[in-house]
Amino acid sequence: MVALEDASFEFEAGEFVALLGPSGCGKTTLLRIIAGLIAKTSGSVTIAGQEITRPDGKYGFVFQAASLMPWRSVIDNVLFPMEILHRNDAAARRRAEHLLDLVDLAAFQRARPHQLSGGMQQRVALCRALIHQPPLLLMDEPFGALDELTRFGMNDLLLRVREETGASVLFVTHSISEAVYLANKVLVFSRRPARVALEIAVDLPARRTQQIRFTDAFKRLEHQASEALGVLGPVA
Amino acid sequence: MNLARIAYPVAGLLLILAIWAAACWLAAIPTVVLPSPARVAVALHDRAGLLAEEGWVTLRETLYGFALALLVGLPLAVAVANSRRLNMMFYPLLVALQSVPKVALAPILLIWLGTGLASKLAVVWLVAFFPIIIDTAAGLRATPRELVELGRSLNASPWQMFIKVQFPAALPFVITGAKVAITLAVIGAVIAEFVSSSEGLGYLLLSATSQLDTPLAFAALIALSVMGLLVYAMVELVERLIAPWLPPVPTRS
Repeated sequence: MVALEDASFEFEAGEFVALLGPSGCGKTTLLRIIAGLIAKTSGSVTIAGQEITRPDGKYGFVFQAASLMPWRSVIDNVLFPMEILHRNDAAARRRAEHLLDLVDLAAFQRARPHQLSGGMQQRVALCRALIHQPPLLLMDEPFGALDELTRFGMNDLLLRVREETGASVLFVTHSISEAVYLANKVLVFSRRPARVALEIAVDLPARRTQQIRFTDAFKRLEHQASEALGVLGPVA
Repeated sequence: MNLARIAYPVAGLLLILAIWAAACWLAAIPTVVLPSPARVAVALHDRAGLLAEEGWVTLRETLYGFALALLVGLPLAVAVANSRRLNMMFYPLLVALQSVPKVALAPILLIWLGTGLASKLAVVWLVAFFPIIIDTAAGLRATPRELVELGRSLNASPWQMFIKVQFPAALPFVITGAKVAITLAVIGAVIAEFVSSSEGLGYLLLSATSQLDTPLAFAALIALSVMGLLVYAMVELVERLIAPWLPPVPTRS
């Protein structure tokens, strides 16, 4: 079965790219190919001139579910990548504390994951993805399971954290407004077999606030993306 | 709340003892058939030394056999869970063998291993081994996919993967298997003593009934139950020590 047909796109270091498409269109597959977690049948993925065929550890991955380890405390979950990379030193711990502080979880360092709400768990997962200072962050519908209010909060938090860490982001989502709100560039994917139907350059002010959702520019971009997704139906 | 959780079962127990005592007295049931609770209590008190001595024998058989089952079961589960080939060769067999009534093998084991400790350990090992290997293998293979991907994305070595991801994720399964195994281990020890032995609570029970000393048989039965509870509590204690992170189990009301 062909999940992806033509998913060619490029993006620059420091960009925030949203991959927007209907559920099951292969966005998640694409993200895992980019991560080197699953093999592709054709085509190539190059990051900074290097062909990706297997995981290189130079990115952070945030999953749909927080996927924390219930047997570790919050801070030990964040430090997990550093243990694997044999870099679990005092500096790593300071960085973990700093990241947790950044996502307002400083008071929960010693808590167990099951004591946290879904949104809080996902914030821990974000810290875990950033602990080894990856230049690239891969996010697979990370806020898809959260309610809308929590999701808005998480969007702002993600932008704040990104500003501080400077990582490039590839963000898979099926929420039109989330894609437009977060990204510099939105890639709209068609149904299976997926291809890039439209590339939208988001020309909104760099500093986003929730007010922006109600501007004409924002609505125009949402409209453009909706049209490319085909959710508006045939034009009358 | 806590008081009620203790008071109600105790009240239930007292009620049953009262009905038992009343039945013995009203229907004038001979002691040989059903001794009254008081007679059993007397037997428990008078023969406490004997019960403790024989109980110690059975306890040792149970614990050694259980430890042996862990010692063999855990590494084998790891092998079966991590090798596709071994898994395809042996996992269906293990599941099928689980349905064999293993206590039926006790007489055969006796022929092979003699009447000493070895044959008892073999029976206990046999009944305790299966839940441990089956549950552990299932747990090792049920590692959440995202955690495996997380490890892989960081180029974790197979050893790191096992010790930091796979095994801790499987621990709740291992403990579930161990809890089943320890209860079966007690049964295995008693059966082994039934088949052939000159010591242990199972032997005491058998010899007491053959001498029509029914109060002593009941006392042995109670000693066995207490021992069963004790070893189960031990596994639970170990669970709390090694896996305190397990979310509290919701108590059924």
